[in-house]
Amino acid sequence: MLKVKGIEVFYGDLQALRGVSLDVNQGEIVTIVGSNGAGKSTTLMAISGVLKPKRGEIQLGQDFIHQYSSSKIVSLGIVQIPEGRQLFPTLTVVENLEMGSQFPKAKKVRKETMQWVFKLFPRLEERENQLAGTLSGGEQQMLAIGRGLMSRPTLLMLDEPSLGLSPILVKAIFDIIKEINLQGTTILLVEQNVFHSLTLSHRGYVLENGSIVLSGTGQELLKDQHIRQSYLGL
Amino acid sequence: MSLLELKAVCKNFGGLKAVNQVSLGLEEGEILGIIGPNGAGKTTLFNAITGFYKPDDGEVWFQKERLIDLKPHQICKKGMVRTFQIVKPFLELTVLENVVIAALNRTKSVQEATERALKTIEFVGLKDKVDTLGTGLTLPHRKRLELARALATEPKLLLLDEVMAGLTPTEVDELIRLLKKVNEKGITILLIEHVMRGVMALSQRVIVLNYGEKIAEGVPQEVVKNRQVIEAYLGEEFGNAES
Repeated sequence: MLKVKGIEVFYGDLQALRGVSLDVNQGEIVTIVGSNGAGKSTTLMAISGVLKPKRGEIQLGQDFIHQYSSSKIVSLGIVQIPEGRQLFPTLTVVENLEMGSQFPKAKKVRKETMQWVFKLFPRLEERENQLAGTLSGGEQQMLAIGRGLMSRPTLLMLDEPSLGLSPILVKAIFDIIKEINLQGTTILLVEQNVFHSLTLSHRGYVLENGSIVLSGTGQELLKDQHIRQSYLGL
Repeated sequence: MSLLELKAVCKNFGGLKAVNQVSLGLEEGEILGIIGPNGAGKTTLFNAITGFYKPDDGEVWFQKERLIDLKPHQICKKGMVRTFQIVKPFLELTVLENVVIAALNRTKSVQEATERALKTIEFVGLKDKVDTLGTGLTLPHRKRLELARALATEPKLLLLDEVMAGLTPTEVDELIRLLKKVNEKGITILLIEHVMRGVMALSQRVIVLNYGEKIAEGVPQEVVKNRQVIEAYLGEEFGNAES
């Protein structure tokens, strides 16, 4: 469904991605593993159109999307949940969710989608009129994911959803990601919590210094000696 | 008396008791971990200790002196410094400039502050980044810079708020080694952390907060077996590879 072919992304003179290629098939959970600064978030931002690659292609179905605007890419079904949540703190839970469904196709089914989100995250319904800035860390992460789902994405990209969460909430968030996937949404995940994310994933890619150096199934990567030493600290 | 002693500290936000009657003693040279669910009051407790908030009730004692109505910079002068969960270096300044500002806490001479800053930067392993701007650092390096800035104020007590969040387990291990070296220099550490790998490796004692109250205290190996702690915080017993 998504094909990334040899993309190169620069920040000014600094090259962040040196020809990254990866595929995501319909229905999969795919993880990108890598240390900080390897280019994981940059890859997601190139796919969502926030950054434009200097070379290479990104193909979604039949469309070449690497020069499209972010809003166009969202309307084609790709949504990115940014690292650090980036909610609207002075808007309520419901208002934040509504912000996720601003384009016509999503707006039409807003009510049903919100019911679906509330079913996934009952906590959000309990707090629907509360300001986002007053939610706990875990609730904010749920809201960020819920807001992303409001546009009815076919591909959901999550950037470090477990950041700053207690162990019990980390587990809860990964369970929900799995549930969202089982209900038909394809997932591309970036995580420092390598063990949890690879356990959950069908496949994974390892990104080092802007290049993919290794790929395989989640289980293969968990057993890989290099991964165990460099990322799991075993 | 302990280096830091809290007596029934309370901090309310309207009707919410964010920190409720928390008492603890921290001995010189110790590393004490604070764990607990998101929203349990951990960072609020840090803010109440370091002068960012005024406690509504209770007492904070540091080096046998009660801290009342002091501003964060005055508390820093007394030898207590904290880092922030969201690291806040001066992004448009270099690593060196960032640390020099902190070193000026102990000296008026920019030259002397620069010498101390360079030593601190080398100590945290950022020597080859001395002239890099804050914006040009990766997250692990920003976290080290945050640590260097705190250390350059020459604290007796260092409060760390989630310094390990966002790091891979291998990066966490490097930071654990560095923090052990900090502690060996005689600096006492109070540590808020969700990364249990770090909590277990560093803490001699752990306290657990839940809904603003202390629900458990003890050596880490025992605390993680506490049923209340597992239910409120860990979800399952500690000891899996992911932690």
